[in-house]
Amino acid sequence: MIKWFRIISSVVLVLALSKLYAQSIPVFNFQEFESLLHKDNDTTYVVNFWASWCIPCVEELPSFEKINKKYSADKFKMILVSLDFKSDINSQLLPFIKSKKIQAEVVVLSDPHSNVWINKVDSFWTGAIPATVVYKGSQRFFHEGGMSYQSLDKRVSTYINE
Amino acid sequence: MMKKIILFLAFVLSVQFSMAQAYKVGDKASDFRLKNVDGQWVSMADYPEAKGFIIVFTCNHCPYSRAYETRINNIAVRYKPLGYQLIAINPNDSTIVAADSYSKMQLRAKARSFHFPYLLDDHQRYAKIYGATRTPQVFLLQKQEGGLIVRYTGAIDDNYEDPMEVSQRFLQAALNALIHGKQAVPNTTKAIGCSIKYAGASQKKTP
Repeated sequence: MIKWFRIISSVVLVLALSKLYAQSIPVFNFQEFESLLHKDNDTTYVVNFWASWCIPCVEELPSFEKINKKYSADKFKMILVSLDFKSDINSQLLPFIKSKKIQAEVVVLSDPHSNVWINKVDSFWTGAIPATVVYKGSQRFFHEGGMSYQSLDKRVSTYINE
Repeated sequence: MMKKIILFLAFVLSVQFSMAQAYKVGDKASDFRLKNVDGQWVSMADYPEAKGFIIVFTCNHCPYSRAYETRINNIAVRYKPLGYQLIAINPNDSTIVAADSYSKMQLRAKARSFHFPYLLDDHQRYAKIYGATRTPQVFLLQKQEGGLIVRYTGAIDDNYEDPMEVSQRFLQAALNALIHGKQAVPNTTKAIGCSIKYAGASQKKTP
């Protein structure tokens, strides 16, 4: 009897935890996500497109986390937009976020019609990741490929101090 | 004064050359000579009967590439008898991505029974010439008297994650158009993919 209780309670616990995990990350299609690229206020936004399996993306993450920490007291917001497959969220993305202790906000963009939405992010974007948008009001910067701490810091501090 | 003008022109030209321009529709594409997973060297010139080529820059490690392996295989089988030979090229430097080495390519091609040549562009020479930025990325070429002309470039279809949910088969539509003597519409599409990391490019940081 006790054995069964243990088994059942552990199953319930696992289910509850997986539910908690699943709820801890927002999943958007592009239409739902798009407003995050056009906030019209005096906050500087860094929007980075990445995936947990993307080697150059993972390489630049520590620099982005450092920047996120550095400007935490400023009008600044960082959004890490994961392009991990929806089916990999629980098995790969969430464990990755946990093990790397990522502090910046992570959202999942799950919208297969990338031929339509890539151009809406930036017409110069070919679709390769990582890619980064830095913006404040109508000022906007886009870069495809990895960014160093210095180059991101320079861009962010220019916008914040303007 | 003259010296300044010459210097300025040299500068403009060097900027032009350093910016890798991707092949666009209508451009003439370069042939290549690269090693296949079976050890043979492959060029497009080896296929005198072909009406054209489906060049797919792809690799082992990228989840987007993996998601398209079966679809690429099916397209290769389906369009070969219609004159269009599919050739896959791995443009990744295995010193950066170990999973994309030649021996791993051989294993992958065997495990997934690729019905097409899978070539290694180990010096990334042709990926640069074609201006490929990500995997998978397609260049559909048609053989004309003047050479191989790009007729379509971009994605395979509009749903990487679920083949059952595809609503537009861009590449097949382009192939069918060419086979029927028509123009591909659309002839250029974009898709999310794994960036091709060029060796030595990491030093070039954006300002």
